[in-house]
Order: sequence, then C-alpha cells, then structure tokens
Amino acid sequence: MFRFIPNTDDDKKKMLKAIGKSSIDELFFDIPEEIKTKSDMKIPGPLSEIDIKRHFHDLGNRNMIFRICFRGAGAYRRYIPSIVNHVISRSEFYTSYTPYQAEVSQGILQVIFEYQTMMCELTGMEVSNASLYDGATAGAEAVFMAVDLTGKNRVLLCRTLNPQTRSVIKTYSNFSTARNIRIEEIPYRNGRTDLDVLENKMNEEVACVLVQYPNFFGILEEVIEIEKIVHKHGSFLIVSADPISLGLLRSPGELGADIVIGEGQSLGTPLSFGGPYLGFITTKEKYVRRLPGRIVGETVDRDGNRGFILTLQAREQHIRRGNSASNICSNHQLNAVAATVYLTVMGKRGISEVAEQCLQKAHYAFEEILKVAGMKPGFSAPFFNEFVIKSDIDPDKINEFLLKNDILGGYDLSRDFTELDKHLLYCVTELNTRREIEMLTEALGALK
Amino acid sequence: MDVPKDRKYSSDHEWVKANGNNAYVGITDFAQSSLGDIVFVELPEPGKSYAAGNAIGTLESVKAVSDVFTPISGKVLDINKELLNDPGLINRLPYESWIVLVEIENPQDLNVLLSSRDYEQLLQKER
Amino acid sequence: MDLIFEKSRADRCGYQLPELDVPSRNPDDFIPADYLRRDAPDLPEISEIDAVRHFTSLSKRNFGVESGTYPLGSCTMKYNPKINEDVARIESFENLHPLQPEMTVQGALELMYIMELLLCEITGMDNVCLHPAAGAHGELLGLMLIKGWHNQKKDYERNTILVPDSAHGTNLASAAMLGYRVVEVKSNDRGLVDMNDFTEKANEHIAGFMLTNPNTLGMFEENIIQISEQTHRLGGLLYYDGANLNGIMGIVRPGDMGFDIVHLNLHKTFSTPHGSGGPGSGPIGVKANLAPYLPIPIIIKTDAGYSFDYDRPLSVGQIRSFYGNFSVIIKAYSYIISMGAKGLRSVCENAVLNANYLMNMLKKNFFVPYDRTCKHEFVISAIKQKMKGVSALDIAKRMLDFGLHPPTMYFPLIVKEAMMFEPTETESKENLDKLAEVMADINKEVCENPDIVRNAPHTTVVGRLDDVRAARFPKLRYLKDERILPV
Repeated sequence: MFRFIPNTDDDKKKMLKAIGKSSIDELFFDIPEEIKTKSDMKIPGPLSEIDIKRHFHDLGNRNMIFRICFRGAGAYRRYIPSIVNHVISRSEFYTSYTPYQAEVSQGILQVIFEYQTMMCELTGMEVSNASLYDGATAGAEAVFMAVDLTGKNRVLLCRTLNPQTRSVIKTYSNFSTARNIRIEEIPYRNGRTDLDVLENKMNEEVACVLVQYPNFFGILEEVIEIEKIVHKHGSFLIVSADPISLGLLRSPGELGADIVIGEGQSLGTPLSFGGPYLGFITTKEKYVRRLPGRIVGETVDRDGNRGFILTLQAREQHIRRGNSASNICSNHQLNAVAATVYLTVMGKRGISEVAEQCLQKAHYAFEEILKVAGMKPGFSAPFFNEFVIKSDIDPDKINEFLLKNDILGGYDLSRDFTELDKHLLYCVTELNTRREIEMLTEALGALK
Repeated sequence: MDVPKDRKYSSDHEWVKANGNNAYVGITDFAQSSLGDIVFVELPEPGKSYAAGNAIGTLESVKAVSDVFTPISGKVLDINKELLNDPGLINRLPYESWIVLVEIENPQDLNVLLSSRDYEQLLQKER
Repeated sequence: MDLIFEKSRADRCGYQLPELDVPSRNPDDFIPADYLRRDAPDLPEISEIDAVRHFTSLSKRNFGVESGTYPLGSCTMKYNPKINEDVARIESFENLHPLQPEMTVQGALELMYIMELLLCEITGMDNVCLHPAAGAHGELLGLMLIKGWHNQKKDYERNTILVPDSAHGTNLASAAMLGYRVVEVKSNDRGLVDMNDFTEKANEHIAGFMLTNPNTLGMFEENIIQISEQTHRLGGLLYYDGANLNGIMGIVRPGDMGFDIVHLNLHKTFSTPHGSGGPGSGPIGVKANLAPYLPIPIIIKTDAGYSFDYDRPLSVGQIRSFYGNFSVIIKAYSYIISMGAKGLRSVCENAVLNANYLMNMLKKNFFVPYDRTCKHEFVISAIKQKMKGVSALDIAKRMLDFGLHPPTMYFPLIVKEAMMFEPTETESKENLDKLAEVMADINKEVCENPDIVRNAPHTTVVGRLDDVRAARFPKLRYLKDERILPV
C-alpha cells in the first residue's frame, strides 16, 4: 500500500468487475509485449518520510551556506519577509492549475492582475504579462518581439548585459531561423557601453538595442543618451532592469524604453541554486498583442460584478498553435505571486528604503575596500550596489581565503570577460551589515 | 441570414463584391459565426499588393485567430478603419462590413469564384 | 473583493528594515540626478495583517488539488506530497548561491546528478538534462537538438516536423519557432496515427515526428514500433512528449519504444505542484548520440567530485540562466524515492484503472468517441447534450456548482464538444463515484431544466465572465482614476 494511492485491493476488485476486466494487466494488452519493461526499474524506495528527510539532509550537509555573502552577478541574497512563504504555501495557490476556469480562480487571477500593475509601476510601462521563466529567457522573448514588430533583423547587445542573458538570446536567435537574426555586441569603455561604437553600428536595419540598467558590472548605463541614438534610427530600446534598483532609479519607461525585461528573483524568491526564478516583461499598450505568455484582464460577469480572466489568449500557443508569438505555456506563476506579496508588504516606502540601503552600504563598502593596499577600482563610472575591484592577487586566492572566514567573495569576472583578469565583482545588499563589511576588509587586508 | 446574390464567394467563406475596377472583400455569416465574437482585426497596409489566396490580415476572436485571404489578386486601395474601433461589426453585419477594397488585377479571378447558389450548396455540405 | 491598491492607505507600513548602519550620504553624490526617481513607485502602503487577510481571502477564492477533485486531462493533477515541500525548503538548498565555488555545492551537484540517473532509468534514455523550466521549454530544446543533429550531418533539407492532428499546441508552436514546417498526420477512426497518412507524409524531408504516447485521447499508439522504424529509416528522429507518462510509467519506457528524445513534466507525472501556472520543470532525456548537443553546463563526476563542464563544442548553447528549476527538481526526486520502482508502477496501474472505471460510468450519459480501454485519460463528447442546446462549456461551468473542477475542455481539436478527463491515481473510488454521479445529475438537468446548466455557475464568487469584453477592451492593470468600468 502506498500512502498517495487510495485504492485498496478491495477497491480494485470492485472497479475491475465494473469494467469487465479480470486483472489490471488486461488494461495494458494493447502495448506490444516485446517493448514492455520486464523487471523493476533500478530505483531506490519506497522510502518513508523519515528516510527521505535523512537522505536530503545528508545531501544538504555537503553544501556550504556562507554566513556572509558579497556575491551577486545575477542572483541575489535578499531580505524575504516571512509573509511571502506563508502565502505561497497556501495550497489553494500552489496546488492549483493555470486559471482557465476563471470563476473558481479569482484568487490567483486577481493576484496576477495586481502583479501586472506593480511591475508596470516599477518599470514605468503600460502593460505586463503574468511572468516568464527568468531574466535571460525574457531577454530572448523581448528580442523576438522587437524583431517581429519592426520587421528588421539586426540586434545589438551591449556587452555589459549579463553574459547568461546574452548567451540565451544567441541560442534562441540561432534556432529561430525564420527571423534570420544577426547579433552584434557593443563593447564597453570604463565599464559602460561605448556610445560612439553604438552610434556607428546603428542603422535602419537594427530591430533593437538591449542594455542592462544597472549593467552587469553594477554601473549605471547612460540610458538617456542611448535612447536618443536608438530611436533616431527607428529601433526598439529594450532595457533589462534590476527591480530593486527601480526603488531609487528613474524607471526605464520614463527614460523611453519600448520593452523592459529583467530578473525578478530579488522580489521574494530565495537563491535556490539558480532556479526557479522570475522573468518579467513590460511594454507599451500598443505592443500588447505581441507580448508573449499569459495576461490577465479585468472584466465583469452578467450581474456587473468585477472579475478577472486570462485574456488575449488568441496570441498563445494553445489557440494560434503554429502562429503564436511564443511557445511558452507554463510560466513561473508562483514566483510572481511571491513578488506580488513582497511588493505589497514592502510597498512604496519599503522598496525605496531597500534600494537606498543597498546604495549606501555598497558605496561604503567600496570606499572601505579601496583603503586596503593593492585594491583599486575596476571602473570609475557611477554604480548602484555592485562594483568591480581589481588587484594583483589571483581571485581564487582571495576567495579561498575569504571562504575560510565564511565569506562568499566577489565574482571572478575573467570567467566571462577574458580581458578582466584579476577583476572581482562585489555585491552589497540590505542584508550586509557594517560589521560584515569590516570583516571583509579585514580579511582582504590580511591577505599577503 | 440569406446569402446575398449580388456578389461572389470563395470556398474559404470570403465574399467579393465588384465595384467597377475594384472589389470589396469581406467574410460571410458562416465565417463570423464560426469565429465567435471578434475582438481584434489586423488589416493590411494600403498600397501593398497581394496575390489571390494570400493572407491579407487576421481576425482574432476569444477562441481563435483566423487569417483573412484575398480571393482575388490586386493592390489594397483602402481598409475599413471602422473595424479597428468596433470589430464586432463583422459579427453583426457580415455582409455590410467590408474589410478591404482591392484593385482587381485580373478580371478572370472573379470568374473562378462561387456564385451565391454555389456557395449555398457548399454551406449545405458543411452543415 | 477590493484590489490591494484599493486597500492601501498613506503611511501604513508592512515591513521593517534595520536602521542603516553606515554613514548616509546624499544619493546624488553617487547617482546623477537625471537618473534618480522623483516619485516613489505607486505600490501599496498596507499593514502586515491587512496584507495577510488580503492574500488569505484571495486564496479562498481559488480551487486547488486540495480543494477537491481536479480531473484535468493531460495535466495529471495528482496530490502534491507535503514531504516534497519540506525537503525543498531545507536551508542548505534554499540559500545556495548558484555561483558558489563547486566544492561548496557538492551536495546540490550530486542531487542533480542522481536525479539525471533516476530519470534515465525511468525513461530508458541514456542522458538527461535538467535545464528546461517547463514542458514547452523542454520541447523547444528537443527541437533544437533535432536541428543541431541534422545540421551537424549537413542534412539541411530536413524542414518538416510531423505531429498528429491531436497534438498539443506547444508542439506546433515550438516547431514553428525553429522554422520548421509542421505537417499534421491524421488520426484514424480508432483515434490513433493513421499509418497510411503517416506513410504518405513521411519522407526524407522530415526532421522528426513528435508524439505523445499514450496520445491526447488517452490511447496507446499500438503501431509505435512501426512508426519508430519508419521514421528512423527515413533518417528522422522520434520525439516523445512526456505529458502523458502517467499512463505507461513502469509498464513500458519511451526509450524502449524507440524514441530518441523525451521530455518530462515534473509538475505532472512527478507530483510537483502546478503553482497556478508554474514553476514546473521539463527535463529532457536523449539517446547517447544526441548527448553532445545538450546545453551547457553538463554535470560530470570525477574522482575529485562533481563539477560543471562547459567545454562542449557541439552544444546548442544555453537555454536559460543557471542549471534548472532546482527546488522543483528536489520535489520530484523526493517523490520518486517515496514511491520506488514498485510504487511508480502502481501509480500508473491505478491511474489507468481509475480512468477506465470513470469512463465506464460516464458512458451511460455521454458519447465516448473511442469506446475501448484507455490509459490514464479519456475523452468524452457532449455532442448529445449540445443537440439539446447545452454545450460542453455549460456543463463544465455547472460542475463548479458541485465543488468539482471541470476536465480539460475542447481539446483535442479532433473531437467536437470534447471533455478530457484524467482522474489520476490519487483519487479514491468514492470520489470517482461522486464525480460520475454529478455528471449524471447534470445530464438530467440538461434534459429537464437546461437553463440551470446554460447559466451556470451559480454558486461561485463571480458568475460567468465576459471574455469578449476582456479581449475587446483590454484592461490589464489597475489605474487609480479608472475605478469604474464603463458598461
């Protein structure tokens, strides 16, 4: 007997009798004998909860959770209010399916509507979808949108865009042969996109330019200047934004973005070793019919009661089949619920305060690190809460030493940028204390 | 709804009503009924030319998206902008709501289309 | 019920951060004034209790697997074990940064490595990739592999993908995204791939054939061996859409049927929660010849331990950030070892028994287009009821009044007024009897009092919603000054 399978032998007997079969094997007679599995699969179990917990704790004990974290680079250790986990653990939310039966799904539909509203507010745009898998695939979907809407096929990616986002965009573009996308990268100078090179590469065949704000190095890109260059040639400006930074920074919408995407993991999703995270995408109302994924809209029932419903579904795979804007079906709804709860309790003041604390702590840490002999700034442009430090010391040596002090140090940029040898990308969030920053600088100072 | 006798029909349930050297194109009552309530209409750009049988736009309903094909070759002279504001017009008045006005490139294209009687017979089979 | 924005009040607060413990400077010392927000984003201001009440009320307006019977065909809405939730939240998994040094994440790497082996064993494939975030994502990757495979052999004329006419929409959308021409193969009167039509349409231009088995009608493709041989003889690859694995798990494996690529839905067959629409996980399995094309990074095991390998020259690239939906993978792994081999087989046997038992009862009042032994799901048609003026949609809405979730509606497209039921193995006999009873009652209403069905639902928090209005006048966000909808 298995605890997730109610049928007893008696139940089975009765059911078989009702359908006129003498054994369960008869139900599989239409499967050719030669391919049927002859022996049990080699799988451990069935295990009790006790053994299962033991097994996973054993595995977990082979991982190290650093007490102090100064690494970001696309995944962030953030404050997650207790309420978030409690809400997403309500079984009515987490065990339900996509809300195709709107009358019994008003709960999640309303949450998504609220999520869409909040993402529009943060990014300064008019419409949002219900979520995508992550920031990197959101980048690919945004590029496809721009290519389809402009009818052009050159795509310019700033090299300061997260390397994984660039990589995913390239993979998706390579395989979307009908679109015939040609990707070029725009180099950086002093940690920011080189505007002269961008200007030179622009022409009327460019569908879009993708820039990250703040960029992968933590630096503030000159989006105001980039917007002028991009729109002069009739191309789309796609901005990949960090949602926490938008508590302080002017929204990409205000700066003229046509599409805004990004990674929403910082809004209530734990690090989880890389997934599931939260891709978001927002845009202008006039482009809504090319927006991929699910969208919730407001409507009324026969009595005039307000209600919410999945809408514009004709865009989606299950209706357009071969002609849809994208193939996405499941998205990352529960992560979007987490983001909605996060943004609700943090609210307009909380998101500003988190952003402010990140800014202040990061700049404090930056200045303190520079006091350590041998540490130099990687770039001199304004940054938000991530910054680059270069030195003569091998990054592995630095981080090994920091590890002994229970500190996860900066990210070795030479992994993605061979020209940035001995450059480390540090991240400071609202969770880092002054004492932790002191411990970091003490440890860096103790290195020979 | 009766099938108007003053025009020709395609087997894809479009109608073509000649007007001198030009023709109005729309969809039939059967087509609008199959689609359901139309919520959005995508129209071609005036000035572009299309060959007979090519898709010139789409009609989006809650449950489906359907291409609109032009039964005749020609240049699009005009589009019915009223449909952009009120796509439901096609549902309510399918035979009055033209979608595009096309310049007839080959008058022979009209000859291969179905007469109203042929179209009525086609409908009998579909039902 | 009010939106959270309508409950917001200035100066209310739902959070507290520690005091800033570093010297505070002017933000415009660090950020140029042009890039500083002038106004805070208009997010709610609300106390924690009001936030909790808000989301709690909303959850009560939502129907999940734990609310009642949820027989959604092709979705496998089985029970989501609580132990899975607990182990996924173990701190040493939940707080692991994906860019930590490999030696500090050996537990996570081992977990994923073992999971790959478990899924290989279950599917009969040689290699598994855990990257895809959902089934559709797995399909996309599968098609990329097919394309990569043919391109590597410089076989550029392969421009077509075959799918059965009963295929799920994502199959076509994924193939179209990659520039393939999609050709639908007709189903015969037994609801299976019509072998004549298949033979006619299969030629040297096919890159592959995407199949679900059992198919979307819940029928096992009896000719699968022949389909496999023919596809391979023509140089095509055979792709398995694993959405329906619950119908054959432990009985026959896709790898043994001849499939070259398989995608799985952990949120279907392997009990991870659907989350109202995600996150799921769509790992793919491949035969060894396709392994070189898998996305980077791969997890390898050496004497020194587990590590990521990025040196894969034939890899299709990266299809997402990082390595997979890790917390979802943990839940599925926990489920697999909860059940063991005998358990997974029992899952399938009971899923299939339950489906046949239910179908047998519904047959009394509803037309069953393919009236023979099904696997884990089956399709009925409300065509008889439609002739009395009540549609399948009406019936589905009436089911809501009885506390049941409707089945999958109007799919597959080849059946008129289709209703696809998949009870799963976690539904008891009494629940199946109750479901059949409700369907019989509704059928009685169709005959005696059709309006009550046509106007359903009556007991839900809102009545039937105007989907035309929602699509014609899209209102996709809250705006303060537009609170009243024009009627």
